[in-house]
Amino acid sequence: MTPVTPAPEVQVPDPAKRKLAIYIVLACTLLVAIGQYLIKLGANRLSHAGLLATAIGIITIPQLFAGYCLYALFTVMFVYALRHGELSILYPLIALGYVWTTITAVVALHESMNAYKIVGLLVIICGVAVLGWGGGEK
Amino acid sequence: MTTPVSSIVLVLVGSVIGSVGAIFLKSGAHAVNRQWSSIVFNWRLMVGVATYLLSSVLYVKGMANGELSVLFPLVSLGYVCTLVWSKMFFNEVITKVKLAGVGLILVGITFLSLGSH
Repeated sequence: MTPVTPAPEVQVPDPAKRKLAIYIVLACTLLVAIGQYLIKLGANRLSHAGLLATAIGIITIPQLFAGYCLYALFTVMFVYALRHGELSILYPLIALGYVWTTITAVVALHESMNAYKIVGLLVIICGVAVLGWGGGEK
Repeated sequence: MTTPVSSIVLVLVGSVIGSVGAIFLKSGAHAVNRQWSSIVFNWRLMVGVATYLLSSVLYVKGMANGELSVLFPLVSLGYVCTLVWSKMFFNEVITKVKLAGVGLILVGITFLSLGSH
């Protein structure tokens, strides 16, 4: 079964649009980070719920609903970006969200910052930069 | 607070399913043109979004009972899967730059989770 047909004709993308796609996804990681934070807040109220109750909770719990709205917005932007860029570059770029999430946790939730976290953040930023620059060049 | 195995499995399965969703989203994205019907009747986008929703439900279930510091690194498994899917379905080249980028991201996320205990 081949549910997805490869589209070789789109493998010669416009370099400017490739760059734009990368910037769009990087900006979108902020949306994901805020969404993740809201979802975590909402998920705490569902620790003993079943799958169905969880699905209903996505609509009835405001934090979960808002979190998923941000995810929806992200998905629309991501689909647009995917038209012009490579999946193998754009998908891992979402990891920049970890950086925002950690900063949010330290600033808003007063979690402690330590050497491991700082090294982790810097290494992730390096990885995203390598993908972003390497991916925009070709 | 400890992280139960069930949470780990839920998040792991969710992240792999999410990376599969991205295949359908990219494939669907290329089928979009100026006509509304190309979005509304785009089965690839529908499958992609449905797959994302499914992975999110699993993700929420997993997150409900665990520590983010343990569960976050598991999501990054999806990035490795995506490199494989990109080559399989879209003939994208796995370059050294991409491997280095994803490798750094995995190392970074691991450090982050180490610091979260």
